[in-house]
Amino acid sequence: MIKFENVSKRYPEGHDALRDVSFRLNRGEMAFLTGHSGAGKSTLLKLIMLMERASRGQVSIAGQDLAQFSRDDIPYHRRRIGVVFQNHQLLFDRSVFENVALPLHISGYDEEDIGKRVRAALDKVGLLHKEKLNPITLSTGEQQRIGIARAIVHKPQVLLADEPTGNLDPALSEEIMRLFMEFNLHGTTVLIATHDLALVSRMPYRTLTLDQGRLINV
Amino acid sequence: MSNREPVKRGAERQRSVEKPAVDGAAASAHKGAAKHKVDFVAEFKSWVRHNKSTAKQSLQRLWLTPLPSFMTLAVLAIALALPGLMFVGLKNINQLSGEWKGDPRISLYLQKTLPAEEAERFSQKMLLRTDLAAVELVTKEQGLHEFQRISGFSDVLEFLDKNPLPAVVVVQPLDNKKSVLTALQQELIELPEVEDAVLDMVWVERLASFVRLANRLVLVLGALLALSVLLVVGNTIRLSIESRKDEIQVAKLVGATDAWVKRPFIYTGFWFGLIGSFIAWIFVEISFLLISAPVGQLIELYQTDFELQRLGFMDSLSLIGVGVLLGLFGARLAVGRHLREIEPQ
Repeated sequence: MIKFENVSKRYPEGHDALRDVSFRLNRGEMAFLTGHSGAGKSTLLKLIMLMERASRGQVSIAGQDLAQFSRDDIPYHRRRIGVVFQNHQLLFDRSVFENVALPLHISGYDEEDIGKRVRAALDKVGLLHKEKLNPITLSTGEQQRIGIARAIVHKPQVLLADEPTGNLDPALSEEIMRLFMEFNLHGTTVLIATHDLALVSRMPYRTLTLDQGRLINV
Repeated sequence: MSNREPVKRGAERQRSVEKPAVDGAAASAHKGAAKHKVDFVAEFKSWVRHNKSTAKQSLQRLWLTPLPSFMTLAVLAIALALPGLMFVGLKNINQLSGEWKGDPRISLYLQKTLPAEEAERFSQKMLLRTDLAAVELVTKEQGLHEFQRISGFSDVLEFLDKNPLPAVVVVQPLDNKKSVLTALQQELIELPEVEDAVLDMVWVERLASFVRLANRLVLVLGALLALSVLLVVGNTIRLSIESRKDEIQVAKLVGATDAWVKRPFIYTGFWFGLIGSFIAWIFVEISFLLISAPVGQLIELYQTDFELQRLGFMDSLSLIGVGVLLGLFGARLAVGRHLREIEPQ
């Protein structure tokens, strides 16, 4: 599903964020991406999202070489990927419901369909009863779950998460991880970037470790 | 807003909706053409739906910040009302000069000492000339009457014991070429009965060049004010884009196309243009109500059949149309420049 072949990323300032990275994540697989901050985890996720482009090598998603995608293709590429951020990126000028509905509005679903799907997603993260609230009134853990609901509401093929448990205590982190496991059980390919090694070691999943832009175990 | 967007979206939606989490990798490739067509219709509907809801939300957003919106609208309205007023002013001047245009005439002021019969004979002599199209005699008495009627100085004239006005023969030459006219004027002024010969052309020409100048001025000022409307709308939209930066980044991250992100701002420009030009129209109409009374008095004094022209239906429509176009174009400029720079980090 996700394939990196000898991928390097050098930023214009000359900083090498990724060096000769190769790995493969199969359809329906779940894996962790670990490493110190600055090791290149975010860059790797950005390459998958086409927020950045590789300097060398090839990134392919579902068998498609991302280098072939023009600027106009990027939105359609992103629609099959769900992303969860550390800082959740919720919009505080609208309700929980509207936040989760955003990807569906963008993809052009009709209102009725949106209602059903948003409630299903909120139900999955256990926050159906808070749909009318403004996310600013929710706790950090709840906000993170809203962010997850938004990432999975359109049933993406790939779910990416960048430090999804960064601000959470261990109990909440476990809870969030269990959500990701559940989506993975339904067939979604999941890649989670985290530096929480203790949490990773408790999980029975593959771990990719980055060190100064190099993948040191695959 | 590109036409191919619904098509492309249709294609993608098929990909993302038809084969959700349970990845059926190449499944969508096997879907028939019929399915695609249905999707296209559905996508077109959703495109219309998004346009409708965006139009509504953009309008509501103007009300969320009433004061800044009102200020912007007032500036737009003034910038649009000024050329509107000038345009109507011009229309009136054109109407006036149109009345005065016509064929050039030469007024022959006869010697004051010339008896009435001599004047009569002179005008008949003029009638025989082959180079004149029309000849009209205005006798001393007629001239006095007309003067009394138009000037309103009848009381003053009663103090004069003698009619001070000369008899005038107004002739209209056949040939309107300037060289011919001046030659004719020279020839007529030599005649013993004639004291002075005045070519009305000079006046008409002066007026015409004044009108030309005014037309050009209105055009230049109108263009400058249109430019200011563009800049005001563009700047307002730029600020609005800045304030919604987070939203734009998130939307782009979850797969919003450029067209989708642009749409609300284009509609904001549309509303600014529409409402701004409507207020401008009200300004122009109020201005006309205010000046119509004094203009009416002026017209009465001059006894002309001049009628004050106002913004007609077509002109009103043009004013609002220009406003909407400028709003859309200003938004387009701001959006094209700034939205590309906002990318998710």
